[in-house]
Amino acid sequence: MSLPIAKIRQAFPILRRLIDGHPLAYLDNAATTQKPDGVLDAMNAYYRTQNANAHRGMHPLAEEATDAYEGARGVVQKFLHACHSEEIIFTKSCTEAINLAAKSWGRTNLHPGDRVILTILEHHSNIIPWIQLKEERGIELQWVDIDDDGNLRFDRLERFLHEGNAKLVAITGQSNVLGMQPPLQEIIGRSHAAGARVLVDAAQLVAHHPIDVQKLDCDFLAFSGHKLYGPTGIGVLYGKREFLEHMPPMLGGGGMVQNVTEESFIPLDPPARFEAGTPPIAEAVGLAAAIDWLSQFSWEDIIHHEQQLLVHAGVVLSSIPNLTILGRFPLQPTPYNLPPRTGCLSFTLDNLHPHDLTEILGREGICLRAGHHCAEPLHRRLGFAASTRLSIALYNTPEEINRLPAAIERAREILTGKTADSARAHGRVANYKLQTTH
Amino acid sequence: MDLYAENILDHYRNPRGKSPLLPQRERGQGRGPIQHTESNPACGDEITVGISLQNDHISEICWDGTGCAISQAAMSMLSEELEGKTLEDIDHLTKDSLLALLGVPIGPRRLKCALLGLHACKNALCQFQKIPLRSWSETVA
Ligand SMILES: Cc1ncc(COP(=O)(O)O)c(C=O)c1O
Repeated sequence: MSLPIAKIRQAFPILRRLIDGHPLAYLDNAATTQKPDGVLDAMNAYYRTQNANAHRGMHPLAEEATDAYEGARGVVQKFLHACHSEEIIFTKSCTEAINLAAKSWGRTNLHPGDRVILTILEHHSNIIPWIQLKEERGIELQWVDIDDDGNLRFDRLERFLHEGNAKLVAITGQSNVLGMQPPLQEIIGRSHAAGARVLVDAAQLVAHHPIDVQKLDCDFLAFSGHKLYGPTGIGVLYGKREFLEHMPPMLGGGGMVQNVTEESFIPLDPPARFEAGTPPIAEAVGLAAAIDWLSQFSWEDIIHHEQQLLVHAGVVLSSIPNLTILGRFPLQPTPYNLPPRTGCLSFTLDNLHPHDLTEILGREGICLRAGHHCAEPLHRRLGFAASTRLSIALYNTPEEINRLPAAIERAREILTGKTADSARAHGRVANYKLQTTH
Repeated sequence: MDLYAENILDHYRNPRGKSPLLPQRERGQGRGPIQHTESNPACGDEITVGISLQNDHISEICWDGTGCAISQAAMSMLSEELEGKTLEDIDHLTKDSLLALLGVPIGPRRLKCALLGLHACKNALCQFQKIPLRSWSETVA
């Protein structure tokens, strides 16, 4: 079955917005996705009819708010296929979730000389907490490189694992620049065999691929609600219960203690132990609504639609003279038969700065992201200071992507004063016709 | 008025005063030009300015760097503006005088692009005067 795209688009009020008379082509979904009515309505209804503080009070509203919040935890648990609901910790973001793992599990379990293995694909939020731990604890960081096609050097990972003392592999489930998905199942298996734990940064993966934490057997997994059609201000850290039980709280405050004296405190069990202070209740409700909304579609259909879109984007962009897609494209099968690129691809054009390009595209309602996308080490590795990123969601259409070549040519002409034809004379020749599905 | 007005694009495509700068170690003890680098943390754009002085006047100002059309054009225009001026003139430059020089509407999201060159010049001066460097918020304020 194919996805009812027109009906899906109806559910997102913002997609009807015009920018200076141009329809919106929102292709910056890796930064944050738009939110369907179901999410907006659920949060609105919560505030209008149930709002109270959770886990703090005996009145009816307090009970409803607590139910709503804990109900959301159950929805996330099912979505990730976690064994226990206590394994789901609500945070404010994926960033906070990774920091919680580093500052609680990392500080307790990592000692001078221990090694944490990262990949060059990582987002800053899965880099900096570990650098901080390196400075604080004297742990060592090892970086797994990519090959020139952008695929992870599995051999390097294995070498690091064999060298010993690897205590943790902290790895992205899907690159927010190249869109490639490292073979998680394989990596987790090898890491465990070498005695290392694995943390998965699923910020990008979560909206594009089903996640089963039991099958993956990852030890920690983090994501943000806002990249999953949910609200900002809520993230999740999944952790295996056996680890969470022995981790100290990162923040101290209300809602996380059994009892407190003037001298000491005894923390509650997970997950409350890690959720000091009033939690993001409405945001949790919104996240659960987003998951419910997304669950009406099958992953098979979502993956099929998004793969087609991204291949289409790759083909359309490849037709533009002097445009270079980072990592190998068109889509090639990768080792382990994983989908080659998912969710996003990034490119450079002539030596035009991505800020100028996206500023001008933005005037026509085409929203792309410019910069290093919080992945500076990866950009340095690829030899570019910055790039322009196109990232898709299930509401995007080939027609939106088809607007790019002409708009990019107009931008090029404004910035360089040269037309595509003169650019083409210097670059490779393209004789590609726009491909339209539907 | 468009952000990408003709004069901006002209400076972007043909930047004035842009030339590779001498590496630090070849500039001799205190005799070479004042040289200072600033970057825009939001995007990693970077500009290095080199200012040569003769009797308190700027005899030469050159710069190098990478960045968007706005940051490059602004630095190009600024280097023309400062040629022959005094260090005091750099001190008197403000955000508003730079925006007036550009003559196009600069929205909040491009403000740091427009001010990167100014920020570098201001801090080159601070470095020369051995006073603490200015923060971005002082330049943007
Ligand atoms: C791969 C990856 N990890 C982590 C994050 C951090 O997410 P957040 O900013 O929502 O905490 C992002 C967001 O851009 C991301 O793309």
